[in-house]
Amino acid sequence: MKIASVIACAALALSVTGVASADEFTKEDLARWQEQFDGVVKQGRGLWTDSKLGTNGVVCAQCHPNAANTHPETYPKFQKQLGKVANFWEMVNWCIRNPLEGNQLAADDPKMIALISYATWERRGVKLEPGKH
Amino acid sequence: MDIKYDRRSFIKTSTMSVGAAALPLTMVELAFAKPSDNFTFAYISDSHIQQIKGTQFVRNWDRGLIRAVAETNLLTPKPDFIMYGGDLAQMGNKPELDHGAEILSKLNGKVYHVMGEHDYYLDLGEYWSKLFGKQYYSFNHKGVHFVVLNSILTYDDWTFNRWPSAEQRMAEMAGLDNPNGSPFMVGDKQREWLKKDLAKVKKDTPIVVFSHSPLQKIYKGWNFWTEDAEQVQALLAPFDKVTVFYGHVHQIQYNQIGNIAFTSAMATAWPWPYPQSYAQAQQLLPKLTVQMNRADPFFERDATGWQFIDVNSGRASATFNLYNNTTRTVAFDPQAGHPKDKTYQDEDQRISPQVHY
Repeated sequence: MKIASVIACAALALSVTGVASADEFTKEDLARWQEQFDGVVKQGRGLWTDSKLGTNGVVCAQCHPNAANTHPETYPKFQKQLGKVANFWEMVNWCIRNPLEGNQLAADDPKMIALISYATWERRGVKLEPGKH
Repeated sequence: MDIKYDRRSFIKTSTMSVGAAALPLTMVELAFAKPSDNFTFAYISDSHIQQIKGTQFVRNWDRGLIRAVAETNLLTPKPDFIMYGGDLAQMGNKPELDHGAEILSKLNGKVYHVMGEHDYYLDLGEYWSKLFGKQYYSFNHKGVHFVVLNSILTYDDWTFNRWPSAEQRMAEMAGLDNPNGSPFMVGDKQREWLKKDLAKVKKDTPIVVFSHSPLQKIYKGWNFWTEDAEQVQALLAPFDKVTVFYGHVHQIQYNQIGNIAFTSAMATAWPWPYPQSYAQAQQLLPKLTVQMNRADPFFERDATGWQFIDVNSGRASATFNLYNNTTRTVAFDPQAGHPKDKTYQDEDQRISPQVHY
């Protein structure tokens, strides 16, 4: 309780004096954030080639080398096979359930986030085109 | 009892005729010069039979090969032989090669084999050779000289010194996009053999070469590539009619380089993206190629299939039997001097699913 209020006072003092406004960040911050992202991309690449992601040893990279032909830049889009507008993670789960014969992941499962991070990173530089076929 | 038997035989007969009706039976072109020189063969490739454990295998890949074998057996007229284009196995082990060989054993006819990297890098082709014989060889058939090369060799240092175990070596080469892989090559020894083999052949004899990797350079990052492709092409250059068939790429490709017409094979297992759809790399997909339709992942056999080759006056016409798509035929056009898709070659004949990005 006492410690919390001291921190609160300190934070208030900082914002009043303008030492660290919320919209300021340093090169060190940027480097750290990039490092965090890169780490998750790396985990995603690991999962992309992980024979334990499904149950039959098949890996994502077998059909999608460098995550090609996944088109994360086109989601959300109308997925004719599902009969609705779907997001990228739903298609990742389709692949996990079917060719990989595995159990689907929650949309916010850290593994799903890593898989999406990797696929999107491999597609960097390509313009966003939601809905494209 | 009798009724049951009758029904069964009716189902069998009707299934056969449905299958046969779906097959391209009218594609044998009219022969003009020497009708006896024209013949057909079937070409099946890249089945990637994958062991899960014990006697369990990935069902999806098994089905692709089983279907190709069943459909090939329905071909009328019967093909003179069947060529298997390599990558029968996924991790090159005995259970996979045995299981694949067992499925292939149902084929009616002589089967020739090409070595793929997935068959090779566990034991350097030892068990494959026990099952299927020589890794490179030639034979003559109805006036055509056929050559089979093992094009998936690589630098000795990578093969012999790089990896702590055979299993790891296999796993590193099995990943198409794995930067730890190494470029494929035919190598000095086989090129020397090829030179001697071709020295006996007249220059006007049609030559058909089979390799697993393309004997041309398309995209090194996925090993759509043979390091000494130009040197092999140079050995083929003196001949009037040369056709090269290759597997590995799991997609329709065709090209013409000098006197050599190139045509790829579909996989029975799964399709691969065209390298241009990898946004981070340059690639050299032949401009001549009209691409196959983008695969629908909800149909597990979509964009997979096998080929039926018609050799007519020493030139080849390849019909791609696509399991969930319209059949395509790519035939050498003597006037144009290169292979052409019979339906889609002209820009205004192309369809939306052929656009890849």
